[in-house]
Order: sequence, then C-alpha cells, then structure tokens
Amino acid sequence: MFVTSAYAQSTTTEGAETHDAAAGEVHTETGVAHEGGHGSGVFPPFDTSTFASQLLWLAITFGLFYLLMSKVVMPRIAGILETRGDTIARDLDDAARSKAEADAAIAAYEQELAAAKAKGNAIASTAREAAKAKATADRTAVEVSLNNKISAAEARIADIKTKALADVGAIAEETATAVVEQLIGGKVSKAEIASAVKASAK
Amino acid sequence: MAGDKVDPTHQFMINKIFSIEFGGIDFSFTNASLFMVATVVVAAGFLYFTTSKRSLVPGRMQSVSEISYEFIASMLREGAGSHGMKFFPMVFSLFMFILTANMLGMIPYFFTITSQIIVTFALALFVIGTVLVYGFYKHGLGFLNVFVPSGVPGILLPLVISIEIISFLSRPISLSVRLFANMLAGHITLKVFAGFVASLGTLGALGIGGAVLPLIMTVALTGLEFLVAFLQAYVFAVLTCMYLNDAVHPGGH
Repeated sequence: MFVTSAYAQSTTTEGAETHDAAAGEVHTETGVAHEGGHGSGVFPPFDTSTFASQLLWLAITFGLFYLLMSKVVMPRIAGILETRGDTIARDLDDAARSKAEADAAIAAYEQELAAAKAKGNAIASTAREAAKAKATADRTAVEVSLNNKISAAEARIADIKTKALADVGAIAEETATAVVEQLIGGKVSKAEIASAVKASAK
Repeated sequence: MAGDKVDPTHQFMINKIFSIEFGGIDFSFTNASLFMVATVVVAAGFLYFTTSKRSLVPGRMQSVSEISYEFIASMLREGAGSHGMKFFPMVFSLFMFILTANMLGMIPYFFTITSQIIVTFALALFVIGTVLVYGFYKHGLGFLNVFVPSGVPGILLPLVISIEIISFLSRPISLSVRLFANMLAGHITLKVFAGFVASLGTLGALGIGGAVLPLIMTVALTGLEFLVAFLQAYVFAVLTCMYLNDAVHPGGH
C-alpha cells in the first residue's frame, strides 16, 4: 500500500478534482460501485439493462459461429486429417510392399548366387575330375608304352644275351683251336675243343 | 481526466453503437456485440483461411487449426467417450469462441465479452441445457440415475442424492462465474497496476523510479493473463466434456 498512499499524498497537492478521482479509484478497487459519471452507475457486468442486447447478439454470433464450425470448418479439417491418414497408410503400404519386393529380390539374388556357386563348383570339380582322369589315362598309357618298351628292350637284351652267349662258345672254340694250334702245332678235333670249352665254362 | 484513466471498471462499460429496440426491450448493437462479431470473424476466419489450402503437409498456421481440432477431439473422446463425439461441433465452437474472446480481450482498448456474467451464464446454460435435453431425450427417466451414484448404502442414499442434485444445480453457476470472475478480476488487476504506472509516471523522477515496480507487475500479470485466457477456455471445454459425459452415460460414475 506504499504506492497507493504515495499516490494519494501527491494528488492532494494537485487539487480537489484529482483527489476525488483517486478516491473513486480506491473505491472501485474494493469492488464498490461509484458514481463516476458513467451512466447508470451500476457495476457494468451487473447492469441488467444491457442483458437483453447481449443475449440476442450472443445468440446470433455464437449461432453463426456454431454453424460455420459444424458445416464448413470442421468437415474441412476432418477431411484434411482423413486424407493425410489415408495417404500415410497408403505410403506405409507402398513402403511395406517395396520392402517385400526388395526382400524377394535379395532372396532371389542369393538363391541365384548359391546356384551359380554350386554350378561353378560343379564345373570346377568336373574339370578337375576330367583333368585327373586324363592325367591318369595319360599316365597309364605312358606306363603301358614304357612297359612295352621295357619288355621289348628286355626281350632284345635277352635275345642279344643268348646270341652273345652262343657267340661266346663259338669264339672260345675258335680261340681255343687257334691257341692249341699255336702251342702244340697240331690239329685238335672240333669235338675235343668243344667239350674242353664247355668244361671250362662251367 | 485522471478519473477516466485510472477507473478500472471503465473497460467493462457497454456503449451503444446504434440503437435497436423491439417491444420496449433494448437490443442495441453495442461494443459488446461488436466484439462478439469480431470474435466470430477472427476465429472463423482464422480456421477457414488457414485450412483453405488443404495441404497434405501442413504449414504453421494450418497446424494450429489442426492441433486445435485434434486437441478438442481427444479431450472430448477422453471425457465423454466415443458416443460423446456427436457434441464435437458444440465443444469445439465453445472452446474456440471463448479462447478467441479471451485473447481478443487481452489487446488494449478491446472489449472482453467473457467478462460479462450474462454472456458466460448464457454459455453455461447452453451446456447444461444440452445435457438435460439430450439426457432426457436419450435415456428418459433413466437420466435421473445421474443423481444416484452406484455402490452407496441405502441409508445414505437420500443424503447423497440431495448432494448430487445441489451439485448439479450449481454447475451452471460455477461454470459461468469461474470464467467471468477470472476474466474480470484479471483485467481489473491489470488496469489497476497499469494505472499506478501512469499516475506515478507523472510525478517526476521519484515517481518514475517508483513506477518501475507496478510496471514489472503489469508485465508479469500480462503474461499470467494470457495463460488464464487460455486456461479458462480449456477449463470451460473440459467441464463441458465432463457434463456431456453425464448426458451420454448417466449412472456411469
């Protein structure tokens, strides 16, 4: 109340007119109606003479507002919200469908990848098998031919050896004949030489 | 001169703009009528023009309209259930009308129509009248169940029923006086403190120094009054939903 008293104090210096105004203000602060030169002097919200006019205009304006709201504005906002809800739902559906498609594509891709891998493996193993088989065949063929050659060579060796051994007898007989002729200067029969060679060869 | 400036009730004066009279009753178009029209124009115009583009992705202003709509829709659905949604236009209109009227009243030199008891009382009677008419139309005498809470022992019933009737009868009064008194008291307080600023400001250096305190108060109160302006519209709408719930589901409490 410092402010109020200061105000009242200072207004006394400005004459009676403003002092009255200050008093009027203090009165209204406490809720008491005052005769401030405003017509009827009743606290305005309780002035029943204005009620009829206020009720009429409230009915007109609020009724109009209600009609505008219920017929124009609210259906429009409801429409906007519904459209948006539908759009969002449709977009979500689209997104879900796209996701399903993408998933299917991924699955197909992986399937194809697996198939390709399997095929690759099959080709590789076939090639490996074929190569292995060919190598085996080649080796077998080489071995066979080598064996043939070996056996042919062995046969020839044996042949040569037999021939050589046979030749060795003949040479020995000839040599023995020549040696004996030279040593003793006489002729020795072929049969004696052959038996002697045979005996020494044993 | 000073008397007009610091008179805090002057803002509630109703002045005739042009006179209309039927059968000896004064139906003049007054400044109150003017601001009722202004409220309708501002509220309906805002809601109409911000939604006129019907954007799929709303702009700021369209968002405001949509949020108001969904705010009241969820309030009513929670308060009165899905059967109460038939009163959606009514609750939405009441909320937007009171909110716009309160907010317009915050502009200096503008008239606050919700600071007139007859206006808030008429709106409250509209709500209670709707509750009564719909309740009896829909449920017949079963609507009287609203006065009989379930699970009360037989001996206490007369007492409880009389309490329920009194509380029902006091609803239009409390609904209207709450809004009226909040707007009236807030505006008077603002005017008084603002009046101090103006009066002290004319008193020289000391007065200007002293005027800082009521100025701070005025600024703070202005913020508070904006809150109250919204809150009272909200409270009115919430209570309307609760009362409508009685009409839709009598005996549901």
